[in-house]
Amino acid sequence: MTEPETDEITTEQPEEIISQAPARSAATVMAIAEAIIFVSDEPITSKTLGEIIGEDKQTVQAAVEELQKEYEERSGGLQIREIAGGWQLATRTEYHEEIRKFLKTRPSAKLSLAALETLSVIAYKQPVTVPEILEIRGVQSASAIKTLLEKRLIVTKGHKETVGRPMQYGTSKDFLIQFGLNDLSDLPSIEDFEDLTITALDQQ
Amino acid sequence: MEPQQQLEQFVFDFNKEQPQIVAGSSDELKIKLGEFAGPLDLLLYLIKQEQANIFDIPIAKITDEYLKYVKLMKSLDIAVAADFVVMAATLIEIKSKMLLPRDPAAASDAEEFEDPRKELVDQLLEYEKFKSAAQMLYERSTVEQAVFKRGTIESDDNNAEISATVFDLLTVFQKIVLRHKEEVLLEIEREEISLADMIKALRKRIFAELELNLLTFFEEFHTRRELVTAFIAVLEIVRTEEVKLVQRATFGDIFLKKVEPASS
Repeated sequence: MTEPETDEITTEQPEEIISQAPARSAATVMAIAEAIIFVSDEPITSKTLGEIIGEDKQTVQAAVEELQKEYEERSGGLQIREIAGGWQLATRTEYHEEIRKFLKTRPSAKLSLAALETLSVIAYKQPVTVPEILEIRGVQSASAIKTLLEKRLIVTKGHKETVGRPMQYGTSKDFLIQFGLNDLSDLPSIEDFEDLTITALDQQ
Repeated sequence: MEPQQQLEQFVFDFNKEQPQIVAGSSDELKIKLGEFAGPLDLLLYLIKQEQANIFDIPIAKITDEYLKYVKLMKSLDIAVAADFVVMAATLIEIKSKMLLPRDPAAASDAEEFEDPRKELVDQLLEYEKFKSAAQMLYERSTVEQAVFKRGTIESDDNNAEISATVFDLLTVFQKIVLRHKEEVLLEIEREEISLADMIKALRKRIFAELELNLLTFFEEFHTRRELVTAFIAVLEIVRTEEVKLVQRATFGDIFLKKVEPASS
């Protein structure tokens, strides 16, 4: 993709142009990024967007952030979110009732308390083995782990090199997507819950 | 949803908190009781019910309540999970330890005296953190369910890289075996290849060619024995996670592909 105007400008300002002239205007980059985010099934990273558009990652990142701001300011029915390390176009939470009415769907089955607890231990302690989960929860978690594996919320992370080589588990990309997280650091620190716990119990 | 009379003798109010005994059938009871995610969950519930301080658990009282609950589960024909029984034993042990007078010779210094409840309290506090985290995850998923993404746009790539299952593998395998049956065999005695050698050879080929059509691979073998060895080698190599199975189109050929080192 050679840009015809490159040659023209080169004659005027040679030094600047050698270090890659912006091939497209910022508005065009935003528009293309928006279009691709729209057709993408999964959250799409700035890196991938950059490769397609032919711009570096930072340019695209800035463009999408600008786009995100535009969506915010417009307060329309859609939003651009950063999920699982990528960008995603989605509806705003406020309109879920009307959307459900149209789609005629109900919220999908929730995870059981046991599955949620197991998931929270795995999310915070990964990679973690079954005996380690048992230690924290005080109860066998085999069926919860099976459910989480079936729902692809967790994945196996190889064996732990210890007696019996137990399988280790960690959370998956689907986990990030289903819980609306950009990455694991989006989770509040587990120590924050500790404070909550103690104050809650002390007040009794 | 009629309240069950026999339950009223128990101190805890099941209708107030999350775990509830609702209907008559013992199946449903099991589900509702199951909402205590484990013995620690039940214990925390009882401690809160008693409005007790977690750092100073009235162990005798809580043990009694706990045992009553386990008895209730039994009387309702619910299989009491082994972990609940283990906790009951732990509680009784702590209770008896606390009844025993302290050995004056062993711990003259009050500071050195370890509260028999300490380990349990630590465990409860640790558990409660993750219980709160579970609550947070629950809230997050609820919010997330109110957000909708665009549906899938049809494209050829939508089906790419469907992980093939063991059943897909077996189907391929059966195909090959069938094909062999049809051939007139003129078997020549030859050296059998061991599984270890087969795996080694297979790994070498996948790493060299990056991608290997399973069908082509199986076709290279002529005896049933070799085929079985090859099949086990495929299962083994996939299990060890160096290689994955890829099926690009529904009913399409299955490929063995080298896994790129995970970037995560």
